[in-house]
Amino acid sequence: MTSNNKFLSLLIPVISVILGLIAGAIIMLFSGYNPIDGYLALWRGAFGDAFTIGETIRRITPLILTGLAVAFAFRTGLFNIGAEGQVIVGWLAAVWVGLAVDAPMIIHLPLAVLAGGIAGGIWGFVPGLLKAKIGVHEVIVTIMMNYIALFITNEIIRSVLTDHATKTDRIPETASLSSEWLQTLTFYSRLHYGILIALFAAAVMWFLIQRTTIGYELKAVGFNQHASKYAGMNVSKNIILSMVIAGGFAGLAGAMEGLGTYGNISVMSGFTNLGFDGIAVALLGANNAFGVVLAAILFGVLKEGAGEMPTGAGVPTELVDIIIALIIFFVASSYIIRWVILRFKKEGK
Amino acid sequence: MKNRKLVLLFALLLSLGMLLAACGGGADDEDTNDEGSTGNDATNEEEAEDFSAAMVTDVGGVDDKSFNQSAWEGLNAWGEEHGLSQGNGFDYAQSDDVSDYIPNLNRLIRDDYNLIFGIGFELQESIEEVAKQNSDKHFALVDDVVEVPNAVSILFKEHQGSFLAGVAAAQKTTTNKLGFVGGVDSPLINKFEVGFIAGAKSVNPDIEVDVQYAESFADSSKGKMIASDMYNDGVDIIYHASGATGNGVFNEARDLKNSDPDRDIWVIGVDRDQYEEGEIGDHNVTLTSMVKRVDVAVQDVTNLAMNGDFPGGETLEFGLEDNAIDIATTNEDAMNQEIIDSVNEWEEKILNGDVDIPKTHDELDTFLESL
Repeated sequence: MTSNNKFLSLLIPVISVILGLIAGAIIMLFSGYNPIDGYLALWRGAFGDAFTIGETIRRITPLILTGLAVAFAFRTGLFNIGAEGQVIVGWLAAVWVGLAVDAPMIIHLPLAVLAGGIAGGIWGFVPGLLKAKIGVHEVIVTIMMNYIALFITNEIIRSVLTDHATKTDRIPETASLSSEWLQTLTFYSRLHYGILIALFAAAVMWFLIQRTTIGYELKAVGFNQHASKYAGMNVSKNIILSMVIAGGFAGLAGAMEGLGTYGNISVMSGFTNLGFDGIAVALLGANNAFGVVLAAILFGVLKEGAGEMPTGAGVPTELVDIIIALIIFFVASSYIIRWVILRFKKEGK
Repeated sequence: MKNRKLVLLFALLLSLGMLLAACGGGADDEDTNDEGSTGNDATNEEEAEDFSAAMVTDVGGVDDKSFNQSAWEGLNAWGEEHGLSQGNGFDYAQSDDVSDYIPNLNRLIRDDYNLIFGIGFELQESIEEVAKQNSDKHFALVDDVVEVPNAVSILFKEHQGSFLAGVAAAQKTTTNKLGFVGGVDSPLINKFEVGFIAGAKSVNPDIEVDVQYAESFADSSKGKMIASDMYNDGVDIIYHASGATGNGVFNEARDLKNSDPDRDIWVIGVDRDQYEEGEIGDHNVTLTSMVKRVDVAVQDVTNLAMNGDFPGGETLEFGLEDNAIDIATTNEDAMNQEIIDSVNEWEEKILNGDVDIPKTHDELDTFLESL
């Protein structure tokens, strides 16, 4: 039964993606575009040459981390909508340390990355604390924290880090994750070493959840708070810890953007959407570290490749968004797919 | 079997629904896009010697009824002038968020466009970076300065137009309270704000201007909210410089006008003549628009580049004297002769150099003291 379940949980996301792509093809066909050209353009946009591959990997990096941030909290039964805000404060903190501190790379870079993680952790701590101590629902608090992060960050960039400019200076080389070697290898894409940190973070999450008592307790709280309490676990502590670690992952995603991709932070005219995409990534990845990595890869490829569809195949951007949304829709409705598969099996017997 | 059919039916129904939704958005692309995919690759090779131009929008998108749309209209006009069509000589790439700028620029470079525009100051860094890496291509940035030999910076004297908008608003207001809705608080949008305040106070120093920033160029619900607050507070004219966020300002003004047609409230549009945005029944809430002819500039620069006179490394500044900044007079009922005369009078003064219009908050303070 367990092997059967594992197979199912792998099969369902795959079927969802295929159904999404088929539905997308039907829409393109009905709107008068050639779906094969459309998907070929998508493929070219993501893997066409060294540059696009570099950019695709670059896009995957923060998505892995925000996916982990949502998935980790979900394991403790918490819905972390706040990854977005945690990304933003992580980005700010990483760049701030990058600019303010003057140290050799071996200290400076880890310090800046860590600062991003800690800032994200603090942003996760507040909703965790409110949830654990007075039972305020984390969804509401994290949504509010997103806005607080966005506006405070914009204000700090304007008034503290710069003299009313829209972006900060570039961080010095000693704090930068970007590498000339990777860039020349991929024809000046913005590929940076962050992908290694992201993959490492995924391994950390797997280890924490599957191989440690902390992870066991976190999961137990997720399954049943009352039972965990009865078993002598400290539920409040676990809720707070879960949100802090989740926030830390998202904060690292922000650090990747600040130290790797952009090398600075600019006044944001809206959310980065990295955190919100992280929710979909976690969902698609079944809240499992390995699944999150795969889902982030899929999302990164779709998002990067989608850009090529309007110029390469004439498919309007709106349609591309719809196709991506459809895939998420089918993933979210995985229950239906599961039901259908089970029905088929019964009939087959 | 039954289930499979059900699922199929479900998928079909769903796609049909989505299709209907898609038609609304994609309609304007249809005529030009028919066989985009086959046309694109072939023509790129054919026209290797010919000149082609493309643009990357900022997050507002090409249908923001404002800045990006104006630039796109300029590129379209240029294409029409030379018998080209979209995807065949000129094209655009839409950016959904900030991380799309670099990939979009590189996509257009790979598609071998000779001249690539970045629309909006948000693309400044991206254009600078990409221009350095591709010295054989030409780039142009609208609204900010890039210092690269193969890129040209296109600036506008928005403070002039905003000043005139302020003059018009000061003549029209009955409450002596005006509103300004900005996109993102930044040196560029400050120019609009400061010019507007200076213009209004030059006419009547007692006028109050309520300044609010939406922190977004694409959030029309935020625009609507701010507008609702301002109109409640007795503001009767709002000048917006906020891209698609301003659509919410228009929306709120139209709603108020619809429920109470006698109420005198107005919106001043930006970038394009936003007359159509203000239409509600027999009324129109668009007092005027500060027209920034991005289209003229885009068309001019494209032609210069095509003829081999690309002004690389230079900063071009378009203003009243180039007819690139203008005050719309489409709403004849609202913009009466008295206001137009007054606007013209101030325009003369600006052109003669009699008024030194402030561009920053500091300059505004000294300007107001000298009144």
